[in-house]
Amino acid sequence: MQTLLRTPLHARHVALGARLVPFAGWEMPVQYDGVIAEHRAVRADCGVFDVSHMGELEVEGPRAAELLQGLLSNDLERIGPGEAQYTLLTNERGGIVDDLIVYRLGTFRYLLIVNASNRAEDFAWLRERELTGSDVRDVSDDYALLAVQGPSSIERLELGQARAFTFAEERIDGVDCMVCRTGYTGEIGVELLCAAEDAEALWDAVLERGALPCGLAARDTLRLEACYPLHGHDITPETDAIAAGLGWACALDTAFTGAAELRRIKAEGPDRRLAPFVLEERGVPREGMAIEGGGRVTSGTHSPMLDRGIGLGYVAAEQAAPGSELSIDVRGRSRRARVVPKPIYKRARTA
Amino acid sequence: MAGNPTESYPDDLRYHREHDWARIEGDEATLGITWHAADALGELVHYEPPEEGSTIELGSSYGEVESVKAVSDVIAPLSGEVLEVNAKVVEAPETVNEDPYGEGWLVRVRLSDPSQVDGLMDAEAYRAHVAEQ
Repeated sequence: MQTLLRTPLHARHVALGARLVPFAGWEMPVQYDGVIAEHRAVRADCGVFDVSHMGELEVEGPRAAELLQGLLSNDLERIGPGEAQYTLLTNERGGIVDDLIVYRLGTFRYLLIVNASNRAEDFAWLRERELTGSDVRDVSDDYALLAVQGPSSIERLELGQARAFTFAEERIDGVDCMVCRTGYTGEIGVELLCAAEDAEALWDAVLERGALPCGLAARDTLRLEACYPLHGHDITPETDAIAAGLGWACALDTAFTGAAELRRIKAEGPDRRLAPFVLEERGVPREGMAIEGGGRVTSGTHSPMLDRGIGLGYVAAEQAAPGSELSIDVRGRSRRARVVPKPIYKRARTA
Repeated sequence: MAGNPTESYPDDLRYHREHDWARIEGDEATLGITWHAADALGELVHYEPPEEGSTIELGSSYGEVESVKAVSDVIAPLSGEVLEVNAKVVEAPETVNEDPYGEGWLVRVRLSDPSQVDGLMDAEAYRAHVAEQ
């Protein structure tokens, strides 16, 4: 029997009556009072997620940038200290080992926040390729990470306005944290990185300010409405960034691992593409379901905002354009779906 | 939140071990899933009903209920012909969470073998069954 890891907020989740489930080796809250209420709170107001299971890897030294530029798909030179970037760790075939956000802490220091399920593999990948003059450390256990997301999140935390993909060191109700303008919900918000021992104080402060505790189930429905891919499902070491629609995160003129293969795929055009879709009939698409024409659903759920089945799936390139009609085998019943533009759901911005 | 009434298993119903209930009215019965089943699934977002006029078999699946995270077959506690599907639950599946034994019923059937009722649990036996889960 495998022992599950617990975040520094485990006792808080238990006290709130969360339903806890195993996820990537961690015992995590999947929901508190209900996934739909939690989802709507993030779309309408403010929710908080404990995402302390995610991995934090620090890369430091005069050759840190050189190491990372050779392994990560995006152009690292485009960010300076205080800025962050969505990027991919790629293999020689152009497949996706992980997707992550890299934060430039200083001229010679970077922090990578990676998927919990890939923490060990990413760390090993970087360590094996380490250069003299680049030091890679797994600092995940030192930190807790809270995602505070939703249209009122900035106001509730009394933070100033800042551009997306920037970060700053700030103090929130007495807790020092790195306030990152990033997220995985499609709403404005922040991700707060703090020392593990401060996690409960920060969590309590954020709840006191009116954020609703939200679990992994709502995190999944929110990211799917926003069309953010989930590693291990929509993107994997066997799927490439071009087919996944992540070419924008690949600086193909740099020499990162797999760049040559991705240039070839881009020039020839991928055979299949990851397409967002909405069901036009009742039913809920799920991962693994077949899409007529040789495709497959990689993520599916019921959208709380659209009250419809939604999903992402790989389909033949000619089926992938918005408006294209798909037929999905939902447990033996053929269900009609339509490819839509990204994102699947976006809240109308109030003027 | 909507839904999640407190746990209850009414004494006037009969129960199947797969967490279905039956309200017997002569040679007809109304069927649904118990509070325990609805709570385990979470807020329902989809109900795939059988066709009216079709036949359901004791112990076999006659429909599906789904929450955001999970899908579950609905097991027939009795055999019979489907007289009516609850259209309200098709339109608003969360009705099952809000009122599992009332507005949240799933189908009404004409029993093909009323003696099958004797094989179902009473509320007390079902409560013990749930306690073992």
